Amino acid sequence: MSQLLTREEICVPENEVYHRTCLLTDAALTYCPGCGHGTAHRLIMEVIEEMGLQADTIGVAPVGCSVLAYDFMDIDMQQAAHGRAPAVATGIKRLYPDKFVFTYQGDGDLAAIGTGETLHACNRGENITIFFVNNGIYGMTGGQMAPTTLPGMKTATSPFGRDTESMGYPLKITELIAMLPGTYYVTRQSVHTPQNVRKAKKAIEKAIQYQKLNRGLNFVEIVSNCNSGWKMTPLESNKWMEENMFPYYPLGDIKVPKQN
Amino acid sequence: MAKVKGEIVVNTERCKGCELCVPVCKEKTIAMSGLLNSKGYHYATSANEDCNGCTNCAIVCPDGAITVYRVKLEAA
Ligand SMILES: Cc1ncc(C[n+]2csc(CCOP(=O)(O)OP(=O)(O)O)c2C)c(N)n1
Ligand code: SF4
Ligand code: SF4
Ligand code: SF4
Ligand SMILES: [Mg+2]
Repeated sequence: MSQLLTREEICVPENEVYHRTCLLTDAALTYCPGCGHGTAHRLIMEVIEEMGLQADTIGVAPVGCSVLAYDFMDIDMQQAAHGRAPAVATGIKRLYPDKFVFTYQGDGDLAAIGTGETLHACNRGENITIFFVNNGIYGMTGGQMAPTTLPGMKTATSPFGRDTESMGYPLKITELIAMLPGTYYVTRQSVHTPQNVRKAKKAIEKAIQYQKLNRGLNFVEIVSNCNSGWKMTPLESNKWMEENMFPYYPLGDIKVPKQN
Repeated sequence: MAKVKGEIVVNTERCKGCELCVPVCKEKTIAMSGLLNSKGYHYATSANEDCNGCTNCAIVCPDGAITVYRVKLEAA
C-alpha cells in the first residue's frame, strides 16, 4: 500500500519538489551560519536559472562579506572596488546592452563609500538591476557603524549606541533613489521567513524582467541580519530585525511602474 | 481525499546548524542532531514521519542544505 512508502521510495528524483539551484557552485558559502546573504544569493540564482538567463547575465560583486559572490554564483561575474559596482555595471551594460546586468551590494558598499555611484547610476536611469543587502552594519570588517545603523544601535564604533546628535540619522537610501526619475521599480523585501522568501523572489523576478524594457534602474533592497555583527544567534537576530529594522525600513514596494 | 507525504534530505556537510529551518516547520519534523559535521556544526535532521513536503525549511536555509520530496498518497 502507498501509505507504507519507505523513505528510500519517496526520495527519488521524480518526487523532488525543492533542490538547491545548479547556478550556485559547489563551494561552501563563506557566510556565518544563518546569514541572509546566502538566501539572497540563492534566490537571485534560482530566478536566473528559471528564466534561462545563465549565459546572458553579468553580475558585479561588491566589497563586503559578499566580496566572493563570484565564487558562489555560476555566471559571468566582475568584482568592483568598494562602492563602485554601479559604475562598473554601467560600463558593462553600455557595452553589452543585451545582457542582464546586476550589482549585489551591502549597505556599507552601496550607502557609504559608494553613495555617489549609487545615486548617479540611479539618476542616469542606467538599465541595470541593483540588489542591496542592508544589515545596518559593516559586517565584513568586524561590525562597525554604517550610515544605515539604527538610532541607539550598538556597534564596534558606537559602543554606547548610535547617538543621532553626533552621528546623524540612518540613511534611507532606497526611499531617496525612489524619488529619482531614473529608477523604474524600487522595492524593499526580506528573506528570513518562508512568506518573505516567496515575496522577495517575486520582486527579484520583476526586477530582472523589467530590465528588458529599458525604462531605467530596478532596485531591490533586502533588509537582512548580521548575527555576528549584531552579536546574536541567527534566530535572535531575525527577531531583532523584525522588531527594530522593519519599523525604520518598512517592507514593500516603494515605486512601482505606472500601468499604461 | 488525496494526502501527501514528504521527506527531506539534509546535506549535513553543507548545514551550518543555524536552526532557521526548525521553527518554520509546522510538522515539527526538524531537530538538531547531537552529532557534529566536519566543520563542527550540529546539523539539522529529520526527526519524525510527519513531513508534508511544504518546502518551508528548504527555502529559508541560507546554505541550501535541504532537498524536499513529496508524493501524493491515494485515499485508502
Ligand atoms: C576602499 C576601501 N575602503 C574600506 C575598505 C574596508 N571595508 C571592507 S568591507 C567594508 C564594509 C562592508 O560593509 P557592507 O557593504 O555593509 O557589507 P556586509 O559585510 O555588511 O555585507 C569596508 C569598510 C575596503 N576594503 N576598501
Ligand atoms: S559578518 Fe554578518 S553579514 Fe558577514 S557573513 Fe557574518 S552574519 Fe553575514
Ligand atoms: S518540507 Fe515542510 S513539513 Fe517537511 S520538514 Fe520541511 S518545513 Fe517541515
Ligand atoms: S537552515 Fe540550513 S544551515 Fe541552518 S540548520 Fe537548517 S539545514 Fe542547517
Ligand atoms: Mg552591511
